[in-house]
Parts: sequence; C-alpha cells; structure tokens
Amino acid sequence: MAILSVKGVNKRFGGLQALGDVNLDVVENTCHAIIGPNGAGKSTLLNVLVGKLIPDSGSVVFDGQSVLGRQPHEINQMGISRVFQTPEIFADLTVMENMLIPCFAKRDGAFRMHAIESVRHEKDMIEKAESMLSEVNMLDKREMTASAMSRGDKRRLEMAMCLVQDPRLLLLDEPTAGMARADTENTIELLKTIRKERGLTMAIIEHDMNVVFSLADRITVLAQGMPLVEDTPDNIKGHPKVREAYLGEAQV
Amino acid sequence: MLGLDKKDSTLMLVVIGLVIFAPFLLNPFPEGSAMAQFNAGYPDLMQRFVIFGILAIGFNILFGLTGYLSFGHAAFLGVGSYAAIWSLKLFTLNVIPAILFAIIVGGFFAWVIGKISLKRSGIYFSILTLAFAQMSFAMAYSVLTPLTGGETGLQIKNTDNPLIGGPTDGSIGRANLFGAEMGNSFELNLGNWVFTFNLGYYIAALAMIAAFYLSIRIFRSPFGIMLRAVKSNQNRMNYTGLTPKVYTLYAFVISGMYAGLAGGLMVAMDTQVGPERMFWTASGEIVIMTILGGAGTLIGPVLGAGSIKYMENILSKINKDVLHQWFAFLPDGLEDAMVVFADIFVGKQWHFTLGIVFMLVVIFLPGGLVEGAQRLSARFGRKKKTDTTDTAASTPAE
Repeated sequence: MAILSVKGVNKRFGGLQALGDVNLDVVENTCHAIIGPNGAGKSTLLNVLVGKLIPDSGSVVFDGQSVLGRQPHEINQMGISRVFQTPEIFADLTVMENMLIPCFAKRDGAFRMHAIESVRHEKDMIEKAESMLSEVNMLDKREMTASAMSRGDKRRLEMAMCLVQDPRLLLLDEPTAGMARADTENTIELLKTIRKERGLTMAIIEHDMNVVFSLADRITVLAQGMPLVEDTPDNIKGHPKVREAYLGEAQV
Repeated sequence: MLGLDKKDSTLMLVVIGLVIFAPFLLNPFPEGSAMAQFNAGYPDLMQRFVIFGILAIGFNILFGLTGYLSFGHAAFLGVGSYAAIWSLKLFTLNVIPAILFAIIVGGFFAWVIGKISLKRSGIYFSILTLAFAQMSFAMAYSVLTPLTGGETGLQIKNTDNPLIGGPTDGSIGRANLFGAEMGNSFELNLGNWVFTFNLGYYIAALAMIAAFYLSIRIFRSPFGIMLRAVKSNQNRMNYTGLTPKVYTLYAFVISGMYAGLAGGLMVAMDTQVGPERMFWTASGEIVIMTILGGAGTLIGPVLGAGSIKYMENILSKINKDVLHQWFAFLPDGLEDAMVVFADIFVGKQWHFTLGIVFMLVVIFLPGGLVEGAQRLSARFGRKKKTDTTDTAASTPAE
C-alpha cells in the first residue's frame, strides 16, 4: 500500500518548469529512490514533500492526509523525518542533547513548557536516546560537542536523530554526498540494517549509483522536472531511455 | 538539594551565602579610613546590586540561551515600575501586590512586543525591540502623561488614598511589608566598622535568590535545551517537529517578567519612577552587564551587574580631591601630573573605564568574567571536573 502518494504535481519558478506532472507512489516498507541528472527537480520534489515549497497544482497525500500547506514541523509530527545533504544537527550541543531533542519532540509535540522538570530525571527519554546511539555505534561519543565530530559521525548522528522518532517515512537527501568511500559503505550498511530491523519506509535522492542500486526497491528517474520512467533497479539498469538521459556516461 | 545536582547546589549555596552576608562582605574597610570609600555595603547600593542582578539573570534566559539579542529590555523594567507605583498609590502600600502586579504587567508587555518582534530574527529583531522600547519611552514622556506623570514621573503623594491601609494623618505613605517599612535598618557597630542590615535589601535579595534558583531550573530543563537548540539550529528544530518561534516567545516573556520584577522592586525601594528608566541607554546597560559577566552562564549576569553597579557608584565618587590625597606622597609636579592622568578614569569619566574593561573582556575573555575565573582556577592547578551539566555553564555566547 502506498503510504505517500504524489499526483500531478507541478511547480514553476518564473519561466522554469521545475516539476512537470510528477506522479510517485512510495509503498510501505520499501526504499524508493529518486534519481536524475543535475537540475532534474529532485530537490524541488523533496522540498514539496516536507512543506518547504507549495506546488502550483497537484496533490501530495501522506497516510490519507494531504501535506500541502502544512508547516515543516507539522509534517514531521505526521511521521516524516528528513536527512539533509549537509548534516543539520545542533552543533553547539552535545551528542546526547542532540538525541534528546527529537525524543522530547516526539513525546511532547511541537511545544511544551517543561521548564521546571530536570533533564536528569527524564530516565525514559535518556534510555531511548542511549539505545538509539548504541544502535549507530555512537554511545561512546555521547558527551562530545556535536560540532567536534567528523562529517561521517555528524551524518550518523543526524540519522539517529531522525530514527529515534520512529518515523513512518524517512526522506534522505543525498546522504552520502561528500563522504569518503569507507563512510559511504558504512552508511549503506547502517541503512540496510535499520531497514531490516525496523521495516522502515524510505525515499532517497542520490547521485551515487552504488548507493541507489544497493538500497532501492523502486527507482523513479526524473529528467527536466518530468518523471521519465519508474521501475525496479534491474529494469532501470538496462532501460535505453534512462541510459540516454542520465546514465550515459556512468559505468553501470 | 531542591532538585539540583551537586554542582548546582553548591553554586546556589554560595550565592545565598554571598547575598545574606553582603553587608559584611561589602564593608571590609573600617569607617573613616582612607579605603572606606571603596565600601559598598550601604543599603541603597546593595539593593541595586541584587535588583540589577535579577534583571541580568532574566535577560540571560533570552540572550544567553536563545541568542536573541533584545535591545529594549528597559521597557519591561519601566512598565513594571509604573505598574508597581500605581499599586502602591491606589491599592495598598504593601509591596507584595505591587511586585506581583509588576511581574504580570512586565510579562504581558513582553508578550505583545515579543509576538511582533519575533517575526524577524538577528539584527532586525534587535532593532524592533529597540524601536518598541524607545516608543514606550517617548510615550511615557509625552502623550501618556496622565498615566506616567510625564517628565517628572510618579511618586507617592500625601493626597494618595490607597484602598487598603493608607496613612490617616495626611503624611506621605511609605512602602512596607505588612507594616515593616522598606527603609528599616539595623546597624551593627563592631569597633570601627558599621554594618547595615536593611529590610528592603533583604526582600530584594530574597527575590534574587528565587530568581536565580528558577534560572538554574530552566537551564537544566528540557525547555532549556530547546532554547539552546533555537540558538544552534532552527532549521533542524522545524524538521524535528518543533516550533522554535514559540519557544523563543516564551523565553522572551519569562525574561520580561524578570525585568518586571526588577522594576517592581526598584519602586518598592525608592517609591518613585520616571521615564528615563526606559531610555535606550538603560537597555544597553543590561546587554553590557550580561556580556561582561558571561552570557549563557548561570552566575555571569549577576557578576556583570554587580561589577557595573560597583563601578558606577564607587568609581564615580572619586574626585580630584581624593586623588590629591592618594598621590600626596609624590613630589608636587609629579603629584599634579598623576592626578590629571588618573582623573581620566574616575569621577564623571567612569564610563571610560567601563568601556576599556568591556573591550578587554570582549577581546580576551569572550566568555566574560566567568571565563576569566575558569581560566584562573585552571591555571592554579585546581582539577576541573568534566561534568556533563557543565556545557550550559561554559558555552559562551557568540
């Protein structure tokens, strides 16, 4: 069953057709990759999904409810978490505090005036944060200031912050961009493990074909804002139109 | 103790001790000695120490945690003062309702101004708050004269007839706490030393202790973490399902209530208020106090407020005659030269000294006086525990 369904979405920036009649269904418990050359409209589509952009026409329905016109924080509260191209974390705070914030957000909603309670006494939340940290092998870094960590660790922290909220859909915007080979491999392994253990639904935008083909169940290829083709990874690899538009120079 | 961990409890106890024994600690020099002018243990100045301490603690909850620099906090101090004086004039001369009223009005005013100013962030937010405060000042000075007494401000008059318990003999009423007047003092003579214990000071001190305790609780709460998250990354907050603007607004209102409390206490002590209390230089002073002491630290704002008020009241009293006495041991020509040179830094020119100190602190100790103290204690070999809760206390503001 499709948990996220995008129908006939159009978005123009002045004279540029950024998205033209995009249709997309993300099925529960699958990983759906969106690929395409630079300027194909991948990021625009993602921004529509998280409420940062409102399309000119079309509908985006998540779990039976429209997400259009909702604020990013409302869409997160519906169960969509997003990992950014450059890790967006709370750089001045410790790793543990970074983890506690999404825990509180999940439990208390968009705002709660919990000014007198002590963080030390939030045993449940601390436990939850710790178990997530150990799942991504970062428990030993819990007291580190987030800004002091390596790029790969920041990425893992950001994913842990998203996952600790038990999202129903995880959106990943080029999660391995700018990463060293080893970090990329680690990230793929991490995502695979998490999927296996949690049955997570993911939508991923990615340039690295290695990442896409090792994770995705379905792939949508965008070109110049239009969905070119949607199919399984095996069929995409051999598809002549895709080769022509996008994979021509890549070694597939 | 009271829900604080060991380290915070120690800090709390130290502050309580300092505040209670301030009449002794601030009067180290015997009466009549040459150093007596450095004594700060008189009621008027001690009251100012704790009241401005409250103001800076409240400002720090907004600026130190969320990073939003309000340049109009004196407005809340002012409206709190006006609210308190009207309570004294019309309702009762008891200071408790006056102070509560000041807190409520300060908080409400902050909610209105915050709601509008928080549409913007960064420098635009600062400018908006500055504009609101200057507007409040201008209105208190002119069109709102019936409410504010205009240029002359408001005092308690012998024509005032409060609802509860005003004076019946036509004398001017005095602010009191269930009959005990704020000006009541007990003087303790020990040899050449005179220590003054003033009721008004201890009431203000009690308020500061409560304010400080609440600020520790906020720093250590989930709400406190959210406020630091606002400073760190609002984008991530949005995508984590949180509303940074609402959190900031609540921080703004809380710090407005602190300012209202300070304003109410000022009126309780000297039963008068004028519009100059809302002037932009007063707002600037709050910012300087907080940064000088260490924004984002627990104790910094109190230290900053104390040092500025000390300089304002003690340095400014040193005039040329005093300087001549100090340098009397030098040969005549040299004495005059020294007096002329030293006079640049004291008396009416004390702002110059403040400016130099502030510049030195900002350049060499971006974490304020607290960072200075931390470096000193590190240098003298005292092992610093790396405590998890320490991060909030040692993260300097940008």
